[in-house]
Amino acid sequence: MADEKDIVICRCEDVTLSKIRELIEKGYTTPDEIKRITRAGMGPCQGRTCRDLIIREIARITGKKIEEIPMTTFRPPIRPIKLGVLAESEDDE
Amino acid sequence: MKETDILVVGGGPAGLCAAIEAARAGARVLIIDDGLRLGGQLIKQTHKFFGSKDEYAGTRGFKIADVLLSELERYGDRVEAITNTTVTGYYTDDGVFGALTGEERYFKVKPKRAIIATGAYEKTIPVPNCDLPGVYGAGAVQTLMNVYGVKPGEKALMVGAGNIGLIISYQLAQAGVQVQAVVEAMPKIGGYLVHASKIRRIGIPIYTSHTIKEIHGKEHVEGATIVQIDERWEPISGTEKYIEADLICLAVGLSPLIELLWQAGCKMRYVPELGGYVPVRNREMRTSHPDFYVAGDAAAIEEASTAMIEGRIAGLCAAASLGYRPPDYEERLEGFWAQLERLRRGPVTEKIRQGLPKAMKEE
Repeated sequence: MADEKDIVICRCEDVTLSKIRELIEKGYTTPDEIKRITRAGMGPCQGRTCRDLIIREIARITGKKIEEIPMTTFRPPIRPIKLGVLAESEDDE
Repeated sequence: MKETDILVVGGGPAGLCAAIEAARAGARVLIIDDGLRLGGQLIKQTHKFFGSKDEYAGTRGFKIADVLLSELERYGDRVEAITNTTVTGYYTDDGVFGALTGEERYFKVKPKRAIIATGAYEKTIPVPNCDLPGVYGAGAVQTLMNVYGVKPGEKALMVGAGNIGLIISYQLAQAGVQVQAVVEAMPKIGGYLVHASKIRRIGIPIYTSHTIKEIHGKEHVEGATIVQIDERWEPISGTEKYIEADLICLAVGLSPLIELLWQAGCKMRYVPELGGYVPVRNREMRTSHPDFYVAGDAAAIEEASTAMIEGRIAGLCAAASLGYRPPDYEERLEGFWAQLERLRRGPVTEKIRQGLPKAMKEE
């Protein structure tokens, strides 16, 4: 049986379930904190896969309700844009 | 920078109907969709719809997309559609949206109102080796097969016996894929009996109160172990079964895709019956941000039939808020709500009926 520590939660940034559990046990109990430390949710999909799983894990370990856990901040852009594309945009007013 | 009365983000069933209603009322509409053509998930839906004639019952999903597009064409002078383009963000300081065509062209849009009809994304479950090639969202598999004509594997295991899991299992079999089993964590099948009967008739076993314990494989999926679970969702040891498969399809639920509404600062509520966080809205499908409306799966995970009617409500009301108020506004709005209530009547939609009041704005 494959080890639980190998379960990949954030596929974009290769963050495992055991890494996330370790951080929650240390007291990092918001998805934003976990994002800053591990980069989970900062890859091409911007958290569409891992965000719900991380919040559920925080809720399970801390005993909090999902709605009591502060949501991550959603900043534009929601998908990666090359810097050159922004620089060349005709809309630079 | 493009300017328009109403920006519709997403050209699926909700967005197309929103655009039709808004343009019918007289508003200028810009639809932006990330697909290569309009229609959203309808274009891959080869099954027939339920409901009544008003909701295109008996018509296959991709045909409904054609019907909506030809209805939209009537207002062609007021409607512009841009495909292959993602709306990448909303900037609150100046009310401007950013949009990216392909990966090359970035432009801005400044609408007076926005209707967010972005749909949903597929949930996933954490299982050992869930990152191996061969593990897909079931919706992604349906796109591969029915839009791109790609056979996604030879032997499949479906996780989830809701309507999506059941319908796609059948379509996999139609495409010549051997569907080994459908597993469902709940003690009973979530989808409609007709869909479940169809796949049972062709000999696909459905294991209820079962979950996927582990996926096996080195470079690619080779199989999976499933296990029975008790009423507390704990695996019952000794009930493990190995299923050979090179394709694992996850049909374990959808979540509303609402990044733009978060960015706009719309008030959200966590309503698990509706798929997770959803925007608070009123009977006009207007959110707490007066310029933002919502419709379809972005508002609550339901069906394409309800999405189309919600889209019509949002389009009608967003146009009216700009002064494009058709003479039949009141009766049209009431008619749409009556249609929604009819569709949400059955036992299958009980969860939706429980969840929706929690998402409605108290006024």
